[in-house]
Amino acid sequence: MSVAPKRDDYDVVVIGAGPAGLAAAATSAGAGLTTLMLDENIGPGGQVFRAISSTPVTDRNQLGADYWVGSDLVQALRASNAEVIQRATVWSLDRNLDIAVSIGGASAFVRAKRVILATGALERPFPIPGWTLPGVMTAGAAQTMLKSSALVPDGRTVIAGQGPLLWLLAAQILRLGGRIDRILDTTERGNYVAALPHAFAFLTSPYFAKGLSMMREVKAKVQVVSGVTELAAAGDGQLASVSYVAGGKRETIPADLLLLHQGVVPNVNLAMAAGVEHRWDDLQLCWSPVLDVSGNSSVAGIAIAGDGAGIGGANAAVVRGRIAARAAVESLAPAAAAKLPAMAALRSDLAKAERGRVFLDTLFRPAPQFRIPKGDTIVCRCEEVTAKDVLDSVAIGATGPNQLKAYRRTGMGPCQGRLCGLTVTELMAQARGKTPQEIGYYRLRAPVKPITLAELAAVPKSEADVKAVVRG
Amino acid sequence: MFKRSEQDKRPQVQIFVDGVAVAARQGDTVSAALLASSVDARRSTAVSGAPRLPYCMMGVCFDCLVTIDGVGNRQGCLVPVAEGMQIEIQKGKREIGR
Repeated sequence: MSVAPKRDDYDVVVIGAGPAGLAAAATSAGAGLTTLMLDENIGPGGQVFRAISSTPVTDRNQLGADYWVGSDLVQALRASNAEVIQRATVWSLDRNLDIAVSIGGASAFVRAKRVILATGALERPFPIPGWTLPGVMTAGAAQTMLKSSALVPDGRTVIAGQGPLLWLLAAQILRLGGRIDRILDTTERGNYVAALPHAFAFLTSPYFAKGLSMMREVKAKVQVVSGVTELAAAGDGQLASVSYVAGGKRETIPADLLLLHQGVVPNVNLAMAAGVEHRWDDLQLCWSPVLDVSGNSSVAGIAIAGDGAGIGGANAAVVRGRIAARAAVESLAPAAAAKLPAMAALRSDLAKAERGRVFLDTLFRPAPQFRIPKGDTIVCRCEEVTAKDVLDSVAIGATGPNQLKAYRRTGMGPCQGRLCGLTVTELMAQARGKTPQEIGYYRLRAPVKPITLAELAAVPKSEADVKAVVRG
Repeated sequence: MFKRSEQDKRPQVQIFVDGVAVAARQGDTVSAALLASSVDARRSTAVSGAPRLPYCMMGVCFDCLVTIDGVGNRQGCLVPVAEGMQIEIQKGKREIGR
């Protein structure tokens, strides 16, 4: 079923079929540019519109109107001439805009005049004691199963953390008849005060009324504990209990499933491996690419749209996708750009979509104890490295995440730092009295997702390639 | 841990987990099918042998690694089930050639 790209060269290659990618590819192909969309998942939609073309959840109210917006975006893409390949994992992108993509166990290579990266976000690491136990998952994982397979929790379920997604997920689980025993809200009390100056923009954004009614819906059915300052999962080979401290009082409750969430952060691996400059964002507490107003990165020809450009949410992602695509059309086919919505109009759409974001970022800024773990808590899930291991390495001379690899192999497992990178940066920054920007991040390289040696060996090679490595 | 909603009318697909028949649904990923079933799908890690189940379900954490039709270390959360698919739960490191 796997189909290789039809051409070797494209005007525009869009990577990722979430809100930004869908909008970008439809705009670019609609303007007549040869456009290839590569996406890793089974169907289009990314995370927010996951399984939009195939979900077994047929009652539209259960997933909510914001979800079904995705089907219009998919329709627009399908109506365009964009070539779309699903289950296509891009494992390399370089400064020449050469792209290597794995499709059905074989690699193909394409070159683009412009690349629009729409690789979106992933959930922020939530390194608490016991977070590697079977039965502990991200809230996003539960939502993925809910959207794509209509699966809901039915054992003793605890949801812990903070942020809009947590409430949306809880509402969706309840609507589908799933079970939630308790919600542990980790939002710091002080954040409410800090967020107050930004409240006006939020109150006048569409998020406010929706968020409030969703919280009301959930609170009517589930016990919510706020002001949680400590959290731990425990069990012997399987989650058995969750313990927490709220208002200075410790409580332990039995649990089969713990769903964790403390916001999302840009998925930077492909962009960083391509050499795109990133900076530490002090408000969103993550690495974000340095971009101009059209989403162009520090590498000529590579633009970034959507949450990979800095967290802005789905509505902002769609507009950023259109902006990046319009910029590509302006540079490759200026005459066709005249038919697209004007850049000024798109920028005003973006400002509208980003309204209230600072409030959300401030209110849901995760507390230090949930970002920077202590002692035996695992930091790097792949290589099973603890916070103490990292601090011990700092004590004997590890200066930053890259040196730490040599000491402890952190970030060198299959996830390539996606689940430990931010924790390692912040932990080392705190231990060494430096800023995260000074401490830096892992140097990421292709392949950004693991591929088999057999797949690499099967790549077509010229006589010169062989001569370069064969003796005699 | 998870149950299927009654509105799910997708056709059944039979897969085999360590030789045991498991009913999945068309469109399930391997990981979703495993979590929806009653089988013990816990793999054990290559480093310490600790038990794990999928964590992120979106292709980033690699805790869903399984052997699918003889190919090891596949991300179960990115692969859709197919009729007759053979799944092996991984215990420890992969062997050469798999």
